[in-house]
Amino acid sequence: METTQQTESKMIELKPFTDEMVVNMGPQHPSTHGVLRLELRLDGEVVREAIPHIGYLHRCFEKHSENLSYPQIIPFTDRMDYVAAMNQNWGFCLAVEKLMAADEKKDFAVPERAEYLRVLICELNRIASHLLSFGTYGMDLGAFTPFLYAFRDRERLLLLFEKVCGARLTYNYIRIGGVSEIIPMEPGSIDEQDFLDEIEGFLDYFEPKIDEYNDLLTSNSIFSERTMGVAVMSAEMALSYGATGPNLRGSGVDWDLRRDEPYSIYDRFDYEVPVAKDIPELGAVVGDCWSRYKVRMDEMRQSVCIVRQILAEGLPDGPVMADMKAVRPPKGEIYFRSEAPRGELGFYIVSDGTPKPVRVKGRSPCFSALSALQELSRGLMVADIIAIIGSIDIVMGEVDR
Amino acid sequence: MSDFLSESFFHNFNIQENIQEETGNLVSYIKGNVINPIFPDFPMELGTVLAMLVCAGIFVAVVPLLPLVLVLAERKVAARFQNRTGPMRVGPWGTLQTLADGIKLIFKEDFIPQQGDKLLFRLAPYIMFACSFAVFAAIPFGQNILVSDFNIGIFYIMAISSVIVMGVIMAGWSSNSKWSLLGSLRSAAQIVSYEIPLGLSILTVIMLVESLGMREIVENQSGGIFTWLIFRTPFTFIAFFVFFISAIAEVNRTPFDLPEAESEIVAGFHTEYSGMRFALFFIAEYANMFAVSAIGVTLFLGGYEGILPGYDFLGGLPGFVLKTLGLVFVMMWLRWTLPRLRVDQLMNLCWKYFIPISFFNILGTGIWGLIFKDDDVWSMGISCAIIYVCLIGVYAVAGRNLARRPEPQTSSA
Amino acid sequence: MTPEEIYKNLSDKFGDSILGLDTELAGDASINITPSAIAEVCQYLSENGSLAFDSLMCLSGLDLGVKEEEFSVVYHLYAMQHRHSVVLKTSVPKTDPHLPTVAHIWKTADWHEREAYDLYGIVFEGHADLRRILLPDDWEGYPLRKDYKEPDFYRGMRVPY
Repeated sequence: METTQQTESKMIELKPFTDEMVVNMGPQHPSTHGVLRLELRLDGEVVREAIPHIGYLHRCFEKHSENLSYPQIIPFTDRMDYVAAMNQNWGFCLAVEKLMAADEKKDFAVPERAEYLRVLICELNRIASHLLSFGTYGMDLGAFTPFLYAFRDRERLLLLFEKVCGARLTYNYIRIGGVSEIIPMEPGSIDEQDFLDEIEGFLDYFEPKIDEYNDLLTSNSIFSERTMGVAVMSAEMALSYGATGPNLRGSGVDWDLRRDEPYSIYDRFDYEVPVAKDIPELGAVVGDCWSRYKVRMDEMRQSVCIVRQILAEGLPDGPVMADMKAVRPPKGEIYFRSEAPRGELGFYIVSDGTPKPVRVKGRSPCFSALSALQELSRGLMVADIIAIIGSIDIVMGEVDR
Repeated sequence: MSDFLSESFFHNFNIQENIQEETGNLVSYIKGNVINPIFPDFPMELGTVLAMLVCAGIFVAVVPLLPLVLVLAERKVAARFQNRTGPMRVGPWGTLQTLADGIKLIFKEDFIPQQGDKLLFRLAPYIMFACSFAVFAAIPFGQNILVSDFNIGIFYIMAISSVIVMGVIMAGWSSNSKWSLLGSLRSAAQIVSYEIPLGLSILTVIMLVESLGMREIVENQSGGIFTWLIFRTPFTFIAFFVFFISAIAEVNRTPFDLPEAESEIVAGFHTEYSGMRFALFFIAEYANMFAVSAIGVTLFLGGYEGILPGYDFLGGLPGFVLKTLGLVFVMMWLRWTLPRLRVDQLMNLCWKYFIPISFFNILGTGIWGLIFKDDDVWSMGISCAIIYVCLIGVYAVAGRNLARRPEPQTSSA
Repeated sequence: MTPEEIYKNLSDKFGDSILGLDTELAGDASINITPSAIAEVCQYLSENGSLAFDSLMCLSGLDLGVKEEEFSVVYHLYAMQHRHSVVLKTSVPKTDPHLPTVAHIWKTADWHEREAYDLYGIVFEGHADLRRILLPDDWEGYPLRKDYKEPDFYRGMRVPY
């Protein structure tokens, strides 16, 4: 009698379990968008814990900046988010310009023509960045074709950028006080008209392509299965983790710096801010991978809308560079954030009145968003990790700086 | 034991007798028309062996060319889908690209992981390679172009193709890499699961034909396109799609390419392989792809029989190859269009949908066989009408829903 | 609310822990706080309904020069609801830089504090996982300190090449 009881209790104790398997995903891995290393603790296919290890692309941006003059730092910002380098240039220049404007002794303003060129080129850069994000997301989930579709169209944008600044990836185009004049475009000249016509041509070509992308990937039922309801980031969680930009709007927070804290000339344009909503008939939940992805897809349309408004108005005449002798901000400090394609790009600059900054900190949107990965990925599967990384759209150059 | 088998389980098909009697296959053709006239003094058994060797030689020479062509086709098809031109430099229109790649792979370092199980590591590609080519022995390419017409042909194919999973697991295990292991276990789970709907779909065909022999299955469909088994009953129509999707899963292609999902687990079971061993996996994959398509054509799409009855050009070989390449093209089309499923979704699809559907098909086919004792114009007409009406209905109900574009979302403010 | 109002609100609540409002320099005005009180102040700022600072935009360490006695830690906070921001600044002695963590209030502070620890050697007490984040685990020294000299060799590799 006793023995049977013992065996019975033993039988109950036998639970199916697997040993925890620790796997390194990365730093060399096809879909970590650079050199991210994830330490995965797996229970079979289920992820118990995904611990991100970053720093493989750390190029000492902040240390370098302390030894360079302000204009010399701009090429380094290119290398932060190399996918949207125009926006990085701009974020840094905006911060320095704001600090310089705080100096009462000097009269300093960015010329109108430069502002228009900046918005024009940065919105196009946003499209290019979102295209890359769309393409790689498809590839992460196993669909290879969207990637090449996206690159086909991104190529046309890169050619446009090459036309204005001579570079395809690291532009160094937006300078403190205006934009670069390396390739001169006289106001009202044939060059300028050609350039604007080419942009117009691109927009006419590109807008129907967004529908094509949506048909190809967004409405694909396997894609929806993979992304809808996966890794839901609530609005509170997104705010707490400092997720910004499309990630925050994907969590249903109606917030866009361009509209809510307008800088430059964004208050002159009429556009909408895509914010994720629940779509019960499809199964999309606010804050899931699909919502974050969808916000980016819709944002491309809004960028097209902004660029079209600039084209309709035409570029104003005038210089493209502010009249100033040297970039020497007053003693003081500034934190300025702008809406880069991946979220709020902040620069904290401390100046002691010399041509070199005392401290430059780049607050990169990916850095903050990536820190949420550990909590998002708990209890999901290996394949979902890929879906999350793709949906928060990280660029490791910006995370590691 | 063998008596028991031959008497009870396979009582219709006595293996011994059939081998003696078979006349229509490639071996006997070569033996009768080539070997016997040239060497009339040969003993009969030796002649058979010689003929078999010749057949094997033909297959060993011809069949590996298939992957060579298919790899190039895949790259060209992919390029077309992606607004590219694909390989263009080696040979005219890049036609020699795969040859160049093959030569490159042969010359590459043959790397074996230090900590791995070296014997299994070496063995795994050969097992996969051998099994995927052994399948070709039972596929009827044309009227007399069939290496061996056994009476359990389809059963043999199922059995041999199941061994492939052994190679995958061996490769994953012996690499001593966690990614490889993960990939091979995914593959094992996947192949074992999808074998069930695959086998059940094949069973519907076998129920109608009442034979396991490949040639008999084909000859059963000789009366033109409407006698093809896919149109014979509405249930085989469904079974064909279940079979085809399961077959894609069996050969690990997108959307079911989880075992080698490069964005998740690097390259799955062949992560650690290089050089010729990697090429063997590659060749085996494409050979498999062709093999399952060929099986699909044989079972459902009339094999070497034509759209019209009485078609007999080159023993039906061109028609067979065309149909098979058509299915291969569909596989490529899917691969370059669809994203990949997740592991649990893959299993859901199999166990929750395909297996119940397959059982339903078997039940339906059985009932159909009871209602329509002979396959005549009436049964085929009714079957085609039902298929037609159902397709229209499915399109009306689900088509628009599936193709809907999600609305752009903007802020309410 | 303007920084002045927030400063007044905070000094009413915390008294001596709030050292002053720094408006002299160009740019953002910052509220100086004693390091030991930073966690409580942040807790108050995030929970008080009229303040409701729900996001930490940036957390940075700061070393103003070799001659300075102290490191600073700067918190840039923002309230989505009220759309106001505030800069908190606290100074810790270079000899023993430590202050309480705010990672339990805003989760993004987790990585930002790790970064400040990594580059400045500022220890955040109560942080669950204070490791180096950008540099290798076995890196010696804290590079963003102004008195930092880069090592000649790292694991046998020449560093200034």
